[in-house]
Amino acid sequence: MKTKRLVFVGVGGQGNLLASRLLGEAALAQGVPAVVSEIHGMAQRGGIVESAVLMGNVTSPIVSPAEADVLISFEPVETLRALGKCNKDTVIIMNTHPLPPFTVAVGQGTYPDLEEILSLIREKAGKVIALDGDAIAEEVGNPLALNMVMLGALIGSGTIPITADDMKKTISTSTKKAFLESNLAAFDKGFEEAKAN
Amino acid sequence: MLLLGNEAIARGAMEAGLAFATCYPGTPSSEIPEQFFKISQESDLYFEYSTNEKVALEVGAGAAVCGLRTMVTMKHVGVNVAADPLMTLAYVGTKAGMVIITADDPFLFSSQNEQDNRFYARLSGLPMLEPTNPQEMKDITIHALELSEELESPVFIRTTTRLNHIRGSVKLGKLAPIKAKGSFQKNPFHFVTVPAVGRNLHKLLLQKYDQASEKSEKSALNEIIGAGKWGIVTNGVSYNYVRDAVDDLGLGDKVSILKIGFSWPLPKNLIISFLKKVEKVLVVEELEPVMENDIKAMAQENALTLPIKGKGVGRLSRLFEYDPGMVREAIAQYFGVEYKGTAGLDLSGIPDLPGRPPNLCPGCPHRATYYAVKQVYGPDAIHPTDIGCYTLGLLPPISMADFLICMGSSVSSSCGFSEASDQKVVSFIGDSTFFHSGITGLINAVHNNHKFTLVILDNGTTAMTGHQPHPGVDTGPLGVDLSQISLEDVVRGCGVKDVHVVKPFKVKKTMEAVKAAMEYDGLSVIISREICPLFAKAIGQGKKARPFYVNLDKCKNHRDCIDKLACPAMYLEGEHVKINKYLCIGCSVCAQVCPENAILPLKG
Repeated sequence: MKTKRLVFVGVGGQGNLLASRLLGEAALAQGVPAVVSEIHGMAQRGGIVESAVLMGNVTSPIVSPAEADVLISFEPVETLRALGKCNKDTVIIMNTHPLPPFTVAVGQGTYPDLEEILSLIREKAGKVIALDGDAIAEEVGNPLALNMVMLGALIGSGTIPITADDMKKTISTSTKKAFLESNLAAFDKGFEEAKAN
Repeated sequence: MLLLGNEAIARGAMEAGLAFATCYPGTPSSEIPEQFFKISQESDLYFEYSTNEKVALEVGAGAAVCGLRTMVTMKHVGVNVAADPLMTLAYVGTKAGMVIITADDPFLFSSQNEQDNRFYARLSGLPMLEPTNPQEMKDITIHALELSEELESPVFIRTTTRLNHIRGSVKLGKLAPIKAKGSFQKNPFHFVTVPAVGRNLHKLLLQKYDQASEKSEKSALNEIIGAGKWGIVTNGVSYNYVRDAVDDLGLGDKVSILKIGFSWPLPKNLIISFLKKVEKVLVVEELEPVMENDIKAMAQENALTLPIKGKGVGRLSRLFEYDPGMVREAIAQYFGVEYKGTAGLDLSGIPDLPGRPPNLCPGCPHRATYYAVKQVYGPDAIHPTDIGCYTLGLLPPISMADFLICMGSSVSSSCGFSEASDQKVVSFIGDSTFFHSGITGLINAVHNNHKFTLVILDNGTTAMTGHQPHPGVDTGPLGVDLSQISLEDVVRGCGVKDVHVVKPFKVKKTMEAVKAAMEYDGLSVIISREICPLFAKAIGQGKKARPFYVNLDKCKNHRDCIDKLACPAMYLEGEHVKINKYLCIGCSVCAQVCPENAILPLKG
């Protein structure tokens, strides 16, 4: 298969490390070689959390600037910050729900207007799939399921050779029973949203 | 299955029958001992979180000379702490396999420097192995324990953050039985390093070096891939970048790669035969030009004049980590291959984005302590600080970190600051760091009559690295029964007369204690004690959050809460401060700070 380089960005607590790990496991279960890289340490302290999943005939665990095939971003400003990873063919899958950093609250910066962010990204990038992942997670009754929504959108985008069934199998074996139903519902909604996009 | 690199190391150790493990935690090594901690509760493996890396290595040395397979794990700067025993343990050697993990951190993801610990192999004379992916991390661990046993010498495994924290597919082998008890055969004229013994041992070390060199020559870890005329020498994670670059550029038949996995002693003969086969050589190694310089020296000895380069080609530098694109570009440039990198997006017109630095958590007791100290001392006191979550006090609006070089430096450097200036000095150290290397500095401060205030931030755990225990912790909730040492007793035992123990969430009382310390003519210690809320939650001792809200009828928008505390649970909505009820844990510090008493607990 053609090598696929995926970058996940988000904010500590949003669950993007779990999303990238589950994707890696689903790939492996499907016989697709995969390597996942994570940077630990700051995840619980509100910092930026970045991870990468590389699939196919590739052994490097990280993605260089401009070389992401897919950017999965859990936060609008972090999407803008991560545009350096993208090129004109990169598919961007982004959550539109803003999570302003505390620096904004103490007056050390301003959070750009959401419409401005979206139009900047649409103007600069190739394909953009934007969805309010937090709203979808709320809708299925599990505000922590944003990462499942985003995984659903990723699979729904058709950019990688992992099927929804295989992804859901991995989710089923790796999440707590109490959250399984809402996690799968979140995944499905994200999937449909990306399909329709 | 997918294993984290660090999990693969722990798995390899257990497949080799590891019996004894010690560590001081430190990113990016911490997940290795986390595995050992769990395994030790279900098997005969002995494991301990030692007080610091020097202690960990010495404890491990005792076990290894009793004949137990031993592993000691630490981050790169931890080896500095352990360097004293390391240098002479290299002379003395071991009886059973002993592996030291040095987890280096190029790009300083979570460290104070990015030193290249390959120099420690050279300085100590100990062999070093370097894996390139999780599968190799498992396999090399088994190999290292065996090699160490054959040489009767500790062996280093060097990793980097990118290897510790990647997940890759790993084929598991069988777990080996654990030989849990050994015995010590006395031999004082070998094990007691008086000068006469040390002279003999140095000779022995050099003999072992020769033996290790022979093993390195034959090792499958040093491998030539391909038969082309363009030579590339590489190690560690960079090997992956080189492999992918050669594929991407379609240079498979033009290139030979010498992959160095047994990196000290270097396989001299193998390298020379490689140099004779190729026309020019590029060395791809992160951080220092260690192999590059050694290979150049080998070429000179053998009158080989082919070009050998590494640092300075393209963007290959001594700084930070490499990435695939950077290596691809350097290979193309050095060997004269046409290559156009992928063009990035036009990033013009993107506004300045608000920063998102990591921050003290909502309800973190450190924030409360910092507030109280600043209220009493004002903004001009000098604040030597130390290594832990509380280093985040560097950021505004707290801005209470002025000097930091290593674990324990807060206490000892305060001695210098207070003598050399007339400024007030209040330094900060965490509980784990205090046990690690603050005590000797404190004794120095007492003995030499230094006058400053040391605040020990006692949150009952080693928070930054993932909530490991330390000597001052009640380990009951973690499922082990270890002796707990009272910080207060230690401080008094060191001879400190003015000792205060405060609860930082009681703001007024804490400020009173800080004031008393400021007025005391001498050395004061304030122990600020409140459990890390994340840790409390993790061990099931978290209190039910009782979040607060801002009563807008009372709020006069002084904004002391947000401007002085900057708790991440607070945000501005329009002109008003609000509190996110999902993030607030109800520490009540902001309510005590508010001059209008406008911050109140939410009902219900």
